Amino acid sequence: MAAAADIFGADTSFDGPMISLRDLRVSYSGREILHGINFDVQRGETLVILGGSGSGKSTLLRTLVGLEKPTSGEVWIRGKNFSAISEAERDEIRKRLGMSFQGGALFGSMTVGENVALPLEEHTKLEPTTVEIMVRLKLDQVGLSGFENFLPSQLSGGMKKRAAVARALAMDPEILFFDEPSAGLDPIIAAGIDQLILELKKAFHMTIIVVTHELASAFLIADRMVLINKGDVVALGTTEEMKNSKHPKVRQFLDRIPEPAVAQELDYLQMLTEPSTKSGEGRQGKSR
Amino acid sequence: MEFFGKIGSSVEGGLAYVGSLTMLAGRAAYFTFIGPFQGKPLRFQRAAAQAMEAGVRALPILSLITFFIGLILALQAAYELRRFGAISFVASAVALSMTRELGPLITAVIVIGRSGSAFAAELGTMKVSEEIDALETMAINPVSFLVAPKFVAMLLMLPCLTIWANFMGILGGSLFGVLQADFTFWRYIIASLDALFMRDVMTGLVKSFMFGATITAVGCLEGLNTTGGAEQVGRSTTRAVVMSIFLVILVDLVFTMLFYFLGEH
Repeated sequence: MAAAADIFGADTSFDGPMISLRDLRVSYSGREILHGINFDVQRGETLVILGGSGSGKSTLLRTLVGLEKPTSGEVWIRGKNFSAISEAERDEIRKRLGMSFQGGALFGSMTVGENVALPLEEHTKLEPTTVEIMVRLKLDQVGLSGFENFLPSQLSGGMKKRAAVARALAMDPEILFFDEPSAGLDPIIAAGIDQLILELKKAFHMTIIVVTHELASAFLIADRMVLINKGDVVALGTTEEMKNSKHPKVRQFLDRIPEPAVAQELDYLQMLTEPSTKSGEGRQGKSR
Repeated sequence: MEFFGKIGSSVEGGLAYVGSLTMLAGRAAYFTFIGPFQGKPLRFQRAAAQAMEAGVRALPILSLITFFIGLILALQAAYELRRFGAISFVASAVALSMTRELGPLITAVIVIGRSGSAFAAELGTMKVSEEIDALETMAINPVSFLVAPKFVAMLLMLPCLTIWANFMGILGGSLFGVLQADFTFWRYIIASLDALFMRDVMTGLVKSFMFGATITAVGCLEGLNTTGGAEQVGRSTTRAVVMSIFLVILVDLVFTMLFYFLGEH
């Protein structure tokens, strides 16, 4: 089999699971956040990682892209054990990954065009004019044509996110990671980002990992979903399987049922505040 | 007993801090001197931009302040020298104190205020807005991309600024010399130059070089260690300024002692 190579000279012939997690454990200052995560992601698949705040889903994503080191267990990316290889090899793999951060994480001192051009200038020997063309292409893809010379601070929230996606796409990655792509965006803009993810999936057959807690968006873009709760995988399956799941945690998450402890806390707060409220009808209405 | 334990743990903390400063400086040095031979070119453009910001843009305020310092030194020295009828020594007093001590020190303090704080704020903001993480996921080393150019710029610029500061201080002293001590301008300058040995200028420059390394390491380390949100960036910046001033004085003390004992032989 002849090894296929893209314009950057990287081998694209790998056909095993793009990501493979083996009993992955991560701790922060002695406290274990992820307690043994196992799953595979196939090429071309879109996996949505669902979970509440503090469930460990962001830590999982950060570990996948190598920003956090596992305390034990393994992260295999494109058939390489991410935590056991040298820094240089890790960088080679990182060039094949694209990451869109929650807040965009665009470099504030550079224009949008320079942001997108940066990975190309750093990692390829392309001519400046070629880089310019590629930047324009990537910005076209995310619907930001003509915004090359804008500073990130001049863009709206949704545009920033699109620009961040353009930067993540710069090196034609095989795996694209999204951290909360629709957080802080209005429903219409958020739907636009979902659409963009679907287009990328269709057009480039990219492997896409999305961390979110937006259910509507998750069901729209996912092939499979994994629900993380308190550092454990609660459920893993296709969108259909998740929809029909009887698992109490899955039902709770999908049907938006509050934690009993939280509900009790609300009752408790209500009990505390109610005697002191004189005859506040408005407050009763709020405290439900 | 508890008292000694506290001293012990703060000494340990201090040493650990100096250790991380040295490590950061070492990694920046790797990317500056060894990296280019391993196919990781030094970012000259970024270094030049930093040198412009930290060096050239500091000139107006540095000139003004060191001019005043020179004038103050002359006034203070003359106050005592006058009693011995030795007012003409004012030129050498100003020249020596500027080049050996105050030139490098005042320059360092101004650079801390302008650039050390800016480094901490810039890197701190980048840290909390995940820009540092973004660099890492793009396989761009943050030390190579952000810190090394700052080191190059500062290590080049601080000695240059110090030479300029020395000159401006002497110029400030000459104002007093001409108006109050019967010097002509050129005679004052010649008297200053006569008082100076190459050694005096060099010790000042060696110190300023070390100050440059200290300020950059502290500013960048504080920035990179920022966690949390915007208010933490403010705290990092404050810490960077206070730590830099303290460490610059400490480095100054160590090197002054070193030169003193070396000079004996």
